Parts: sequence; C-alpha cells; structure tokens
Amino acid sequence: MTQGQYVAAAYGVVFVVVLAYVAIIAAKLARLQRQTAELLELARRRQPRTETVPRELAREA
Amino acid sequence: MGLAIVLALIVVSEDADQGVSQRIFSIHVPIALTSYFCFGLGAWKALLLLWRNDERYDLESYVAIHQGTIFGSLTLVTGSIWAKASWGVWWAWSSNQLVLFLVLFLFYCAYFMLRFSLEEGPVRARSSAVYALFGVVLIPVSFLAIRLAEDFIHPTVFNREGPQMSASMFATFCVAWAAVTLLAYVLYRLELLGKRVDADLRELREALR
Repeated sequence: MTQGQYVAAAYGVVFVVVLAYVAIIAAKLARLQRQTAELLELARRRQPRTETVPRELAREA
Repeated sequence: MGLAIVLALIVVSEDADQGVSQRIFSIHVPIALTSYFCFGLGAWKALLLLWRNDERYDLESYVAIHQGTIFGSLTLVTGSIWAKASWGVWWAWSSNQLVLFLVLFLFYCAYFMLRFSLEEGPVRARSSAVYALFGVVLIPVSFLAIRLAEDFIHPTVFNREGPQMSASMFATFCVAWAAVTLLAYVLYRLELLGKRVDADLRELREALR
C-alpha cells in the first residue's frame, strides 16, 4: 500500500465509524418515536373521554 | 468537520520528514485528545454522582465513557495505520505511550462488563462511578507517557518551545480538534437524549399498565 492509501484508510475508518454510530442513534430514535405513538394510542384507549395525554406527548406523536 | 478534512488533505503542505502520512496527525491527535476528555468527563460525572447523590449523573457518566471508548478505538485504529505508513509497524509493545493508551482503553471497556453484570439501581450506579473514578488516574499517566517514553514511534510535537510544526499545520490541527470536540459533544447530547427518553417511556409504560 502507498502512503496515500494509508491516509485514505485512516480517514475512511473514522468516517465509517461515525456514520455507523449516527445510523444506530437514528434507528434508536425511530424506535422511540414508534413506542411513543403506541403509548399515546394506549392512553387514548384507556380514557377516551378525558384528555389525560400530556401535550408534549401528543405533539411528538 | 468538512473544513478540517479539506485543510488536512488538500491545503496543508506535505511534511518533509514523513510525507503524506503526516496528514493522519490532523485526525488522530484530536480524536485521542477527545477520547481523554470524554473519559475525564465520565469520571467527573461519576464524582458528582457520589458527591451529590443525584442519579442523573449516572447516565451522563455512562454516556461520556461510551463516547470515550468509541473515540479510543478510533485512536488505536488511526494510530496503527499511521505507524504502519510511517514506520512500517502496526504496533510496538516497546512504546509506553501505545501500551498505556491500550491499558486505559481496556480499563474502560471493562467498565461496561461491570455495569452490565449488575442489576439496575443505586448499587450499579455507585459501583460504576467508583470504577470510573479509578480510571481517571490513568489519563495523565497515558498523556504524559509520550514525554517520558522518548521512543522513535511517538516523537513529541508539543514541547516548551511550542508546537513543532508549521503555522498551517498547527491551524489545521486546531480546526480539526475543534471539529472533533464539537462532533463528540453533539453525539454525547444525542445519545443522552435518546437514553433519557427511553427511560421516561419505560416509566410511562409501567404507569399505564
């Protein structure tokens, strides 16, 4: 390998690791969003006539 | 980060001694410093947990150490690539700096083994905090080893006369360091936010059952 290829490999490794990390965080946030929607649905089914769901929760869903 | 990469790969002139491979310096050293900072932050949050007895510092300490481990693994990988490119070896066990950083890294890897082997609760939080505090002793030792070792693989770039590099290289290094620190901070806040929302949702689910 040439020195240039080693430089590319070093920067590439950093890029791939950061990208993988961001993808994992994004997947986790998507899962949290799904869970929030499920909980909102559950709360609505429990008490259909009274407004007990916090506003922040309703806005997120 | 983009500016730092452009400066490091295109703008900065080649090093007379190491040639193109010296460009790895601009990413390797900021990542290593950020890793030290994250481990230090984790230990500081652990100290706050033990001092103020506030459970929220447990999660903050854990996330900071998690970040430190990620940046630590990147330090080891980029450092090995740089060593191979410049000196022809991937690793040198005779180098105190490398071995001490590996010890620090493995010490904090073991933190996760300890943490996940205990039940969630105050005992886990306190045990993890004490362990994280022990590790902070290794940070200055590892940092200063580069000055004490005086081996061929890790020449001292920053000494009492200032940075031993050209102005453009030093400026690039500063930009890269700022960029990596900012990246680490954003990732830290994101992960912390995710974990807090996760904990809140678990609590909410229990309440709705």
